[in-house]
Parts: sequence; structure tokens; C-alpha cells
Amino acid sequence: MSPEDRKYTQEHEWIKVEDVATKTAVAGITDFAQDQLGDIVYFELPKVGENVTHLVKMGEVESVKAVSDLFSPITGEVSEINEKLLDHPELVNQDPFGEGWLIKVTMNDVAEAEGLMSAQDYDAYTAGL
Amino acid sequence: MTTDSLQTALFDTHVSLGGRMVPFGGWDMPVQYPEGILAEVKAVRTATGVFDVSHMGRLYLSGPKATEFLDWVLTGSASTLRVGRARYCMICNEKGGVIDDTIFYRLSEDRYLLIPNAGNRPAVVAWFQRWIDEKFSPGCIMEDVTTSTGLLAFQGPGTPDAMDKLADKPVSEIRPFSWTERAIQGAPVLVGRTGYTGEDGFEMMIQGNDVVKVWTALTDSGAVPCGLGARDVLRLEAALPLHGHEINEETTPIEAGLDRFVRSEGRYLGSDVLQRQQENGVERKLVGFTLPGRSAPRAGYSLLHQGEIIGIVTSGSYSPTLDTSIGMGYVLERHAEPGTPLDLDIRGRTAQVTLTELPFYSRPRRS
Repeated sequence: MSPEDRKYTQEHEWIKVEDVATKTAVAGITDFAQDQLGDIVYFELPKVGENVTHLVKMGEVESVKAVSDLFSPITGEVSEINEKLLDHPELVNQDPFGEGWLIKVTMNDVAEAEGLMSAQDYDAYTAGL
Repeated sequence: MTTDSLQTALFDTHVSLGGRMVPFGGWDMPVQYPEGILAEVKAVRTATGVFDVSHMGRLYLSGPKATEFLDWVLTGSASTLRVGRARYCMICNEKGGVIDDTIFYRLSEDRYLLIPNAGNRPAVVAWFQRWIDEKFSPGCIMEDVTTSTGLLAFQGPGTPDAMDKLADKPVSEIRPFSWTERAIQGAPVLVGRTGYTGEDGFEMMIQGNDVVKVWTALTDSGAVPCGLGARDVLRLEAALPLHGHEINEETTPIEAGLDRFVRSEGRYLGSDVLQRQQENGVERKLVGFTLPGRSAPRAGYSLLHQGEIIGIVTSGSYSPTLDTSIGMGYVLERHAEPGTPLDLDIRGRTAQVTLTELPFYSRPRRS
């Protein structure tokens, strides 16, 4: 069961709004995604200050076996990246919804996040894959 | 998974262990188990791991002309191989291109077991049958027992001790590239001291209905089930070629640095080209390279020298054993010297790589 305190995309990213007033949110990839990828060894993440766009490529993730694109769940400006992942990308395998977050974003529009899939819808979606 | 793929006798076992099944070479095989590729690699490098490699082919070649036939279709010699021994070499076409690489075991004076790759088995069987019909019939018979038998690879520094405990008689006395017959849990096994991981280890051919029993005995002894993902990382660390990547019908064993598995004398399929290349050299060579960090080179990436493309990557991975990224590929011969710095195009990003001696990893010598 994916956590219900956040929203999901079909590209298997999650976004959690932390503060509506300052439009801050944190984003990552789902447990389903990390399980499909297998052992993650490397992340190429956007830089702080860079703009990211909803469902547009924002970086790459490499597992032992393959390279996959990362798509931003939201439109906004990157305010922080998870520096721990540079040395410990396996944190995303171990705790994709917590310690393994990828980026923090200042959102252009909070409503964009509200329009994404709920945990229940996302779980139904992955069950059908 | 696809419905037209073959399944090994261990299919249900893999699924119940949580193995992620993928189509490979015409078979449904586990790419990894829940612990993951890195843990599986570590088990093989430090303890014991077991792979179901039943997807690989098993062909018997027998008859008074079997030796003569193999001397014709293989780059390695059958006639000089003693009964009880095994040999690695290539099956080449007339142009010296590699149809497959293989290990073959001399079972008796006139009988051999030959192991082709899973996906190449149909091509090898057709190629062999063509030459048997053309030159060696009657007197050489091929029998494909792939679907009625199984093959397990038991790999890692702990395997000699484990085999001695599991088998009815000691196994660790046999030397690398030798084979013997033993029983495990009452099941007869043909055991060769061979493998595809760069570690000490054994490969075992077992009758189909006994495969699960032997697998279970190995995993009960502590062997970690390992999938295709770990197998690929392990073979790459040991710089062992994979057909379809480092070798194929358009590359020769000489270009791939496999000269020592190619007879420099005698006539056989491909010998004209191969022996000429041994004499005169080749225009491109297989090399290994490392790059710092974990972002891996992947097959198809370009290798450049001063902005000019001079090579292509055939395989690459993050190496957990060496904690760096490694790759192999073909480059023009004048750029093939170890120590040469080259650029690698990683999806538009350039990284400097350094050519290195192969293999990347050699197992520590044990007394």
C-alpha cells in the first residue's frame, strides 16, 4: 500500500506537499519503481535552482541492469536535492517514501499536485501492470 | 513473461523464491531474486551461489568420427583433449565469425558433451547437422538432450568444501576444466570444474527429474540463488565474453583477444581467416576500460579519441566487487594499448575512461 499523504504519477514518481503557503513539496520514486529497477547505483538529478516541468524528464536513474529516465511529477523550481543519494543511492531501494526522497521543489501551482493520482488509484494502476 | 518460452525444471522453484522471471534466449529465467543483484554477486565472490543454467544447450556428439568432426567445427582441438577433461573454444563460420562459444567435455574416446548458449542452440544444431551430413556421416551422431536434463552452476570460493560434503565422494580433487561423475542425494551428476563467474566452482549436468532435488541440496547448504543479472556482472568483472555482445558472427576470436582458444595450425572452419589474423594482426581489438563512479557504460555507447569516434561499447556495468564502473568494447587497434585515455559518450555527457588490462577481477590465489 502506497502512503496516502501524497500523490502519484503514471511514471511512478510521488509528490508530497509539505507547506501550501510556501508551495514547497518533496518528490521521489515509488516502492513499485525501486522494486522494478532493482539495485540502484547512480542518480543524475537536476540542480538546485533548475526549473522542472510536470511529466518532463528531470534526470536519470541507473540500476545495475539499466538506465531509466526520471520525470518530474510537478512544475516548479528545485530548492534542494537529496545529497545523500550521491554516496548512498541504495537509500531509495531501502526507503523510497522516506530517506530516499529525490528533490524538494517550490511549486508554481499547488493545484497541479492535487490533480495527480491518489494512493488508492496508483496502487490499482500498478496492480494492472 | 511470454507464453512460447521454454521453462526449466526449476521454474516453479524460481517463482516461489520470488525470482523475477524474464524471457532470455527462448526461456523464462530469473534475472534476480528479492535480495538483489549486488547481494548475489557478493555471495559468489565471498561464499557460494547457485545458478539455474538449464537454458544452456546440452548436445552429445558420438561415434568413430566425432573427434574428427569436432576438430573441423571448433577452433579448439578435440583430438588432443584427454578423456576426463573439458575445453573452452569457439564455433566459427568460414569467415572466422563466431557462431557461438562453448565448453565441451570428452566423456570417452568417441563421445563428447558440448554446451552451446541458450539462444544459439538452434543455430549450432543446424550448423553441426549440416557439416555432419556433408562430411562426417555415417560415423558421427548428434543428440540434443537439453530439455530432458538440467544444468546448475555452483560458484564461489566455498564450493570445493561444500561439494565434498554434499557428494557421495570427494569432488575438490578434480582440477579446473576436468569432470567426474558423482551422486548428490542419490541423484547422478556429471560435475565439471568450470564456470562463468571468474570464481572457483562447478557446473553439474543432472537428469531432468533430479534437478530440483540437487538445487535444494545446494541451497540448503547455504548457497544463495543467483539470477542472470548477477551472472552478467560476474562474467563482466572476469572479462569473459558474452555472445551477442563481445562476440558474434561479425567478429572473430582474434579481434576479441581469444587467440589462446584458437588453433594456429591445422585446417578447420574459419582457420584461413583466423590464422591469417594471428599472423598479420587485426584492425580493431576488444579492450576493457574503467571510469570512476557508478554511472555505467552501456552497450552501444561510443568511444572517442579527440572528438573522433574510434570504438563502441559492447558491455558495461557498475562493478560492486571493484566499486567502479567497468566496460568492454571494440576500438581501432592503434588506440587499444592499456593506459590510453579515451572519451565515452554517456547519452550526450562525456566521461574520460582509461583502458586497462583484462580481466578487471582475478580471484585471489588460495593455497
